Amino acid sequence: MSHQKSFQYADLLSVLERVVDIMSAPDQYSYPSVFIYGHRATGKSHVVLSIMKDLELPHASVDCVECVSSGLLFHQVLSAFFGPDAAALLPRCPSLSDFVRLYKQMSSNSPATQTRYIILDRAERMRDMDFSLLPALLRLQELVNDNVTVILLSEIVWEKFRPNTGCFEPLLFHFPDYSKGKSLVQILSWDHHPSYTPELYASYINILLGVFFSVCRDLRELRHLAVLNFSKFCEPLEKGEAKESDIHKLWKNIEPHLQRAMQTVYLREVSSVQWEQQQMDEKEATTLRVLSAHAHIELPYYSKFLLIAAYLASFNPARTDRRFFLKSHGKIRKTNFLKKHEKTSNHLLGPKPFPLDRLMAIFYSVVDSRVAPTASIFSQISSLVTLQLLSQVGHDDQLDSPKYKCSVSLDFILAISRCVCVCVRLLDLLALSLVIQSQVVRQERSLFTAVSNLHLL
Amino acid sequence: MSKRRSLTEAQCVSLAQKLLRERLCHQKLPDRPLALDSQYKHLLELLRRTAVHGESNSVLIVGPRGSGKTMLLGCVLRELMSLKEAQKNVLLVELNGLLQTDDKIALKEITRQLHLENVVGDKVFGSFAENLAFLLEALKKGDKSSSRPVVFVLDEFDLFAHHKNQTLLYNLLDVSQSAQTPVAVLGLTCRLDVLELLEKRVKSRFSHRQIHLFSSLSFAQYVDAVRSQLSLPPDFPDPKFSDAWNHSSYTQSLFPLSAFTAGIFKPIHLFLSVSRVSVSHSTLHEADLLEASRLISADSKAIILHGLSILELCLIIAMKHLNDTYDGEPFNFQMVHNEFKKFIQRKSHSIHKFEKPVVMKAFEHLLQLELVRPVDSGVCKVQREYQLMRLMLEHGQVMEALQRYPQCPTDVKQWALSAFA
Repeated sequence: MSHQKSFQYADLLSVLERVVDIMSAPDQYSYPSVFIYGHRATGKSHVVLSIMKDLELPHASVDCVECVSSGLLFHQVLSAFFGPDAAALLPRCPSLSDFVRLYKQMSSNSPATQTRYIILDRAERMRDMDFSLLPALLRLQELVNDNVTVILLSEIVWEKFRPNTGCFEPLLFHFPDYSKGKSLVQILSWDHHPSYTPELYASYINILLGVFFSVCRDLRELRHLAVLNFSKFCEPLEKGEAKESDIHKLWKNIEPHLQRAMQTVYLREVSSVQWEQQQMDEKEATTLRVLSAHAHIELPYYSKFLLIAAYLASFNPARTDRRFFLKSHGKIRKTNFLKKHEKTSNHLLGPKPFPLDRLMAIFYSVVDSRVAPTASIFSQISSLVTLQLLSQVGHDDQLDSPKYKCSVSLDFILAISRCVCVCVRLLDLLALSLVIQSQVVRQERSLFTAVSNLHLL
Repeated sequence: MSKRRSLTEAQCVSLAQKLLRERLCHQKLPDRPLALDSQYKHLLELLRRTAVHGESNSVLIVGPRGSGKTMLLGCVLRELMSLKEAQKNVLLVELNGLLQTDDKIALKEITRQLHLENVVGDKVFGSFAENLAFLLEALKKGDKSSSRPVVFVLDEFDLFAHHKNQTLLYNLLDVSQSAQTPVAVLGLTCRLDVLELLEKRVKSRFSHRQIHLFSSLSFAQYVDAVRSQLSLPPDFPDPKFSDAWNHSSYTQSLFPLSAFTAGIFKPIHLFLSVSRVSVSHSTLHEADLLEASRLISADSKAIILHGLSILELCLIIAMKHLNDTYDGEPFNFQMVHNEFKKFIQRKSHSIHKFEKPVVMKAFEHLLQLELVRPVDSGVCKVQREYQLMRLMLEHGQVMEALQRYPQCPTDVKQWALSAFA
């Protein structure tokens, strides 16, 4: 995006005016530190660097993500202002003291005729570096006695940066974000394809924003999605099924496609290459395939049952096992079914650990055929742990009674249980555990009769 | 310096800007610090005794950030160095707790600034133990009559107390207590409880002399102080311009501003207003000061909420409801998703149902913005959806942000305002 195109929005202009006012004439002093914050992809680094380049001000631009150690930051700053020879004078692991001393030396040899600017991008990383780096840089002007200003750019607000005992407070500026109507559509329409009219592209962008704007406002994501899906949008035009003015038809064609994109490419469950491949394949076949990472996991037959048993063990309290899994459990007492602390559904709090014995007990009641407890069954449990579908709780050394936890979600379990043939009874069991686990415990009597009927099958 | 009588308006403005910026940003020392007379006299007397009469002293200057500690010290040192006897004799060593983060570095800096014999050019030779022994010997050799007094200035004194064993502090204060080279140790700090940080042996060697800088100006004095900061000096080349400038009526608005300023001279407001002065706008007005204070006191979290997407905003409202219902107990993603689903099913018309992974991605964006923080940010053996979190926003901030949110759907607003989700 060329910075020569003129922006039309008032907020950004006022911020720019303020920033330029702060800088003013180059030979005058400027405030020692400035902090500019705003959402990602709103153009903070771009605007500041463009101002520096256009006004030809001496600046050193450092991205704090690259600076794993503070020595790299010092090196970059010194080489930008005083040349690589100055940076070579830094000792091996330079401390802040070395940097300030060297800077003072260099600036006394070549004093600043213009304000020097140090621009620190993604400044939130500086909080993880030395504790004294941030406060020292904020008052660098005073420490080195030179006309230098430090500009910090970040996504995170200043309150999260302030050290415990305080520091020199910088000037704070908020970089405004894009509004949907004017600015975002304008910017996204700049990448229009040369073979189609800008109006068509603008209507495409409007459709895209209609689907995605309520979810995400990041300009980079929206541009990525726009570029990936444009060829699908133009498909009816190429095939001759619609003209450029038939927006409704084009919308009907692209909308389900965009919904699917939201569940896959937006979430990075498939890469953009795979997505484009899918689009090409769909041009021949007309079936819509469900794209999901979960559908691709293949498990052995008994592993599926083991996983289902693990899920039931994690999410049902142990007291209810007798009721669910024994064929004859005697009288059903109408006690207060769920204890008070269990009322907040187990599904919200997360899986609970269970011992191996309980898993095997539930497994035997769930699996349809007679299974012998051989090593192959137990080794499948270890494979499930390696696949991170189960997680082991407690120490590795506990060999006699290991404890596990189920780490998959209900959707995954339902998807698996659909593949397994004996699914009706299983689904009922799962549905029942869901219903009971949620806070609908009103009709206990009918539930108890339902449970007893189930076990008589 | 130009002697022309008639400078153009632009040149006047630019010269005024230059002067004021140097005063406000570069913090040029004033002739005499305002309303700090007793502290000034006390400090000057102490340093004179060290410089001229050879008495060792230690003192701590304590005051909140921005109250003028460095300025006071600068003025006192300036006057001290103007005394004939002090000028030739006194050695000054300036250390800063932010720069010299370790005793080794501090020691090297001291030997460098004192130009001792183990310094060649810029490089200090020898190990830490050797340097320390050398320095102590150099300091111990002399006495009142035959050696030069040394003034140690330790900025951010509380950070020196965090060094290992506090060796530097111990040795410096030890020298100041024993009858050796006359040494003055001056510490500047913003912590009132700095003495608690010192070890027993260090504290006993300290003279417990503290100079406190708390602003005790009346409002009239405060107005005068601000005026004197912003007025142009009498030797300004264009007297008409400087008269118009000095008599502009911006002090009416100082009353609401004084509620915000903690220290006396908060240059940030003044700087912001001065920066707006240009050829078209060549004097200061009240509106400038008010606008500067509005900019500085803006709530940045509420402003950040302005740029979130609707889904993220709904998640924040769901978290607010959870906080209200469960009295601030930590929640996890599942609970927030549950609340959100309840809203979608019962009350919403405009927001359609999003898949759980899409909601998870929005939640992770909020995590990256640090609006939501995990309760224990260490190793998490819990799945991401079940990790306990807290919301870093207040009820009031969320409601205020909702008011200003552009094109907020009405059902979302209603949901936020309802007491029972």
